[in-house]
Amino acid sequence: MAEIVSLAEAVRLAVRDGDTVAMEGFTHLIPFAAGHEVIRQGRRDLTLVRMTPDLIYDQLIGAGCARKLIFSWGGNPGVGSLHRFRDAVEHGWPGPLEIEEHSHAGMANRYVAGASGLPFAVLRGYAGTGLVEQTDTIKPVTCPFTGETLMAVRALNPDVAIIHAQQADRAGNVQLWGIAGVQKEAILSSERAVVTVEEIVDSLQPRPGAVVLPAWAVSYVAHVPNGAHPSYAMGFTERDNDYYVAWDAIARDREAFARWLDEHVLSEAGASA
Amino acid sequence: MSTDHPGAPGYTADEMMTVAAARALADGMTCFVGIGLPSAASNLARATHAPNLVLIYESGTIGAKPDRLPLSIGDGILAETADAVVAVPEIFNYWLQPGRIDVGFLGAAQIDKFGNINTTVVGGDYAHPRARLPGAGGAPEIAASCKQVIVIVRQNLRAFVEKVDFITSVGYGSGPGDRERLGLRGAGPRKIITDLGILTPDPVSREFTVTSIFPGVTRETIRERTGWDVAFAAAPEPVAPPTEAELTALRRYKAQG
Repeated sequence: MAEIVSLAEAVRLAVRDGDTVAMEGFTHLIPFAAGHEVIRQGRRDLTLVRMTPDLIYDQLIGAGCARKLIFSWGGNPGVGSLHRFRDAVEHGWPGPLEIEEHSHAGMANRYVAGASGLPFAVLRGYAGTGLVEQTDTIKPVTCPFTGETLMAVRALNPDVAIIHAQQADRAGNVQLWGIAGVQKEAILSSERAVVTVEEIVDSLQPRPGAVVLPAWAVSYVAHVPNGAHPSYAMGFTERDNDYYVAWDAIARDREAFARWLDEHVLSEAGASA
Repeated sequence: MSTDHPGAPGYTADEMMTVAAARALADGMTCFVGIGLPSAASNLARATHAPNLVLIYESGTIGAKPDRLPLSIGDGILAETADAVVAVPEIFNYWLQPGRIDVGFLGAAQIDKFGNINTTVVGGDYAHPRARLPGAGGAPEIAASCKQVIVIVRQNLRAFVEKVDFITSVGYGSGPGDRERLGLRGAGPRKIITDLGILTPDPVSREFTVTSIFPGVTRETIRERTGWDVAFAAAPEPVAPPTEAELTALRRYKAQG
């Protein structure tokens, strides 16, 4: 049953060194505040899982939290590269970063398999691509009914999933709406689940197309208004596109990044902002 | 980024490219849209000759009708204006995979003479690349499963290579018969639209050849900016320059983007 705790407590209780951690949110509802708390608490050797590493994993990688990255698209959307991710892959800075690379369809299906309690998922994908040779969690499989060759991808079962949502009620039931990504699958495929929310309400009012997670499927809920910034929470905040554009120059330079980390994440001011 | 061609005043080469790409989309089509140039072109089509074009983004927004260009495939404007918003496993498994979508509209970092696309690594080897690119995203399955694919990419020696360093998304593989052997059910790339002209696959060899040249562009320029010995159609189709209506719509989007 979900416990309502502070963000610092949620991360302290749920995220351990060496864990496989999925912080999901497909452009929308990315749990940035929780990511920053993981950096502040100095977690190390994490295997980070995310379809789109986005700025949040650029920051965690640059801060030295990651040993491995499992992903399907590592760019700054509409802007260009994730420079901390590139620096880690191209130059091993701040440390070597192992990668396990998929397509979006493959990653989405890996979460579905994990949430479904299956060892793998099957899809029409990857055939003829270079990814098959590089990634050992992609293997061809023969359909037992038609004899057709399809592709199997191994299930993802992270130690902990972290997402951001619009609302929780006081019992810890969670509701999110708008672009819902793979958050439900990430939560249900993981051992532990942390949800940060824009607001805690007395009772959830049903929304069209919403994803509702019962309190018993969630470990910890933390009240973190604007916890998705510079991503957004539909109905509460707007995506800060200027921030995504400005990130390019910050992340391009190791010293500029270190200054940013110090001022916006590690310092007291950053921690409370 | 964009180059002005002497003799074609009043619009840039990038604008000609985007307009030509928009014209390739027919009204009423369903179109799986990549971010960047494909998104600009498909929104231009919707604002001009194809008001019923159905734009589908991998964020799960089906029938998005943005009035400004989104920066990402998941901007709020896409969800707010969509006919339906579905989860990411659903967009790939239920909507893309069965082959329901007419056209996949992709960009590329590198593309080769068989229309194979690389957005993964350039130079070195996979483990130690000279440049690490973002990777696959939705593209491999878009390239495999849409009924056809259109690619929009600026033409230069960095992008137009004899053979891509890494196959992220399959065009015609190493030539005729490869798509069939791989079990790819869509027809594959039918057009590469660049800032210089339009290339289409030769029906027999599957090698991309130049079948349209934009106003003011010479064959020599195209040869200089193509990394293979590119062939030209006997009589390349003429392309009308952008109309005032097209330029006005495109610039309005750009100004708001």
